[in-house]
Amino acid sequence: MTALTTKLPSRFLPVLATVVLFALTFGVGSGLYDGFASGQVIANLFIDNAFLIVLAAGMTFVILSGGIDLSVGSVVALSTMVTAAGLKAGWPLPLVIIAVLVIGSTLGLLMGLVIHKFDIQPFIVTLAGMFLARGLCFLISVESVSIKDSTFRDVATAVIELPGGVTITYNVIIALVVVAAALFVLHRTRFGRTVYAVGGNEQSALLMGLKTARTKVGVYVISGFCSALAGLLFSLYMLSGYGLHAVGMELDAIAAVVIGGTLLAGGVGYVLGSLAGVLVLGTIQTLISFQGTLSSWWTKIVIGALLLVFIAVQRGLIRERR
Amino acid sequence: MTESPPPVVEMRGISLAFPGVKALQDVDFQLFPGEVHALMGENGAGKSTLIKTLTGVHTPDSGTVLLAGETVAFTSPGDAQQAGISTVYQEVNLCANLTVAENILLGREPRKLGGIDFKAMRTQAAAVLARIGVHIDPASVLESHPIAVQQLVAIARAIAVDCRVLVLDEPTSSLDAGEVAELFRIMRVLRDEGVAILFVSHFLDQVYEIADRMTVLRNGTLVGEHLTKDLDRRALIAAMIGRELGALEAIEDASERRTASGPVLVRAEGLGRKGAIAPFDLDIRAGEVVGLAGLLGSGRTELARLLFGADKATEGKLLVDGAHLHLRGPRSAIAAGIAFCSEDRKGEGLVADLSIRDNLVLAMQAARGWSRPVSRRVKDQLVEKYLAALDIRPANPDALVRTLSGGNQQKVLLARWLVTEPRLLILDEPTRGIDIGAKAQIQQLVTSLAAEGTAVLFISAELEEVVRIADRIVVLRDRHKIAELDGGSSIDEVVGLIAGEHLSEEVAS
Ligand SMILES: Nc1ncnc2c1ncn2[C@@H]1O[C@H](COP(=O)(O)OP(=O)(O)OP(=O)(O)O)[C@@H](O)[C@H]1O
Ligand SMILES: [Mg+2]
Repeated sequence: MTALTTKLPSRFLPVLATVVLFALTFGVGSGLYDGFASGQVIANLFIDNAFLIVLAAGMTFVILSGGIDLSVGSVVALSTMVTAAGLKAGWPLPLVIIAVLVIGSTLGLLMGLVIHKFDIQPFIVTLAGMFLARGLCFLISVESVSIKDSTFRDVATAVIELPGGVTITYNVIIALVVVAAALFVLHRTRFGRTVYAVGGNEQSALLMGLKTARTKVGVYVISGFCSALAGLLFSLYMLSGYGLHAVGMELDAIAAVVIGGTLLAGGVGYVLGSLAGVLVLGTIQTLISFQGTLSSWWTKIVIGALLLVFIAVQRGLIRERR
Repeated sequence: MTESPPPVVEMRGISLAFPGVKALQDVDFQLFPGEVHALMGENGAGKSTLIKTLTGVHTPDSGTVLLAGETVAFTSPGDAQQAGISTVYQEVNLCANLTVAENILLGREPRKLGGIDFKAMRTQAAAVLARIGVHIDPASVLESHPIAVQQLVAIARAIAVDCRVLVLDEPTSSLDAGEVAELFRIMRVLRDEGVAILFVSHFLDQVYEIADRMTVLRNGTLVGEHLTKDLDRRALIAAMIGRELGALEAIEDASERRTASGPVLVRAEGLGRKGAIAPFDLDIRAGEVVGLAGLLGSGRTELARLLFGADKATEGKLLVDGAHLHLRGPRSAIAAGIAFCSEDRKGEGLVADLSIRDNLVLAMQAARGWSRPVSRRVKDQLVEKYLAALDIRPANPDALVRTLSGGNQQKVLLARWLVTEPRLLILDEPTRGIDIGAKAQIQQLVTSLAAEGTAVLFISAELEEVVRIADRIVVLRDRHKIAELDGGSSIDEVVGLIAGEHLSEEVAS
């Protein structure tokens, strides 16, 4: 057991670094601006980034298995479009939700099968999926479609009061449930551990008799499902469906996962790290909006710099372990 | 062994071709319950391929596999495992990023409340490890352990379930005598319980100690099946290599001693690294072979890694040609003419997806610096030279390293460093997984390199080998250098030093 405790720091170091970074950026914000260090600002971090948290959770599975999913942003857009168009056409809300989730998971399944059966780079396959989903959006409508359904609007605007007067939306609850589920699946189930095994060494995992094929396809289904769910959350947030929603959001999700300490090569990382990664990105955004004069593009610049730093730190850690 | 029970595994007329190679041609093989059956053959003979056809990694082009009398066609190693065939594949095939316990039990882990019960998993893993005499923390990450321990973990995984058939493809290549004895003890217990065991090893002593029966393969064809007691060593070697005794004579040749050695090339003064190896002094002269002997974990590899700059020394200094060399990493060591042929060929060493030629050229070019290109003709000559010198098969420079047999990959790794024409060559377990003929060739090569003035630091778990070719033997114990012996020393002397106190300590405690 002592060996375990001495091992922990090095494995958790990247995640720890992200949490510290989050605390630091938040500390800087509170030092600079009055009202930054309020519970509501923290709650807003979750409210504004709920969809990204869900996306990052799905992306964590894919990256842990050694793959990548570039289609998630487009699938979010497609989901908003299906939601808006479906509700406009008068479909009942439960049917719309089911349709969106099924479409997202099916797209993920198809991409996973192509990657596995034809042994093609995930990068290429999901790039194709990205164009496909984006194209489908415009097949439905080239215009932005606003959502007028009253139940949907009620859910979107409903707030839950927490002790201390802090309010959150249902989005946040859903995002946190997704994170908890991901945590359970990754760490407590055979499927989850096989994701790590495949990311560590696919050939070995196969020879160990693990179900690598099912796992490799499974992570894309999960990512597709999460993208669709994130799309629903995004619809709640924007109250519209549009083919140009969530452009480049796949990169935000990947950035959050990497900043959260997951190795792009696969096999090492934690979903809580990805959550912390999203919060770091969100805090930077909040900081820049509090500042007021800086262009929001500074967010991108800071995120870019952070990514570089984190990847450098990870490389250092890998060398250390050798 | 009695012949009465029917075979548990029967393979009939198995043929399998890879592009350009007929790996197996019409091979028959039978494995009976309650026997240890050795599969013998040179590097590339098709042993691992036959095993992989049995366990569903490869599908044979023709032929049938029967398990307990019924035809089976496994499509994945998982299926074979389900049917009661436990396998340790040749390379350590585990996931380095997972914990030891997960590597042993993943796929059949204990559950609680719908999830994996990690506590029970650690207890079970510890129990299996204890069965083969390994005491490590099951919660530690696999990659924090040396190759030999990883090999033991792979064995633990194979015996963690009740199996009808246990397949061990070179499980002992990185193990010490003590660990091998422990493994054999377990193998005997399992055999007596009726498990059929398939065993592959290039160590003839081990094979003769444990095997009841042998099947010999050569170039993918079946040469014969014999009871161990009916086949003496000479006959076995002749069957494996297809000619008489050449290999044995070659080994005698390698033992010829050289006397002359040149000036001190590399000198370590109080060099050490906290937690890895205590400060030591060491001189290595041009043209001499220095052997490193010691048990697993005695600091052999750690010492070598310090000399190569793969790990940073925390104290002492390193002198090359009498001048202080500040090692910032392997690159400065390579620039100073030091080469390190690592024991972990999978992790560090070769690029599996490139051809033999590309691997050698990469090394050559890296050693010379990118600004001085090597001409195509020189490249081809060098590649040809080492393919021949090491008898790499297939002798096709364009073959992908990934497709070579384990032993031949080891030879390519060696060639990779030889083409850089180093002044000090550090060889960490260079003959691991190499067949008896090739072993003699490598030993000869080392001797002739030394005769040409190269200094060699030779690390091997096989003491006979160290004693045979070293001019001087450095003995390590518990991460300390404890003695330096002349080349003429006997094995017993070395064994005494390595184990002497160790044993008495154990008796005392
Ligand atoms: N995936 C593959 N693709 C192409 N050729 C292969 C592949 N696997 C093995 N071979 C070839 O099949 C032959 C038999 O290889 P195999 O690994 O069975 O030898 P081996 O008897 O286990 O040797 P060693 O003692 O070196 O482990 C070799 O010529 C090897 O190059
Ligand atoms: Mg082999």
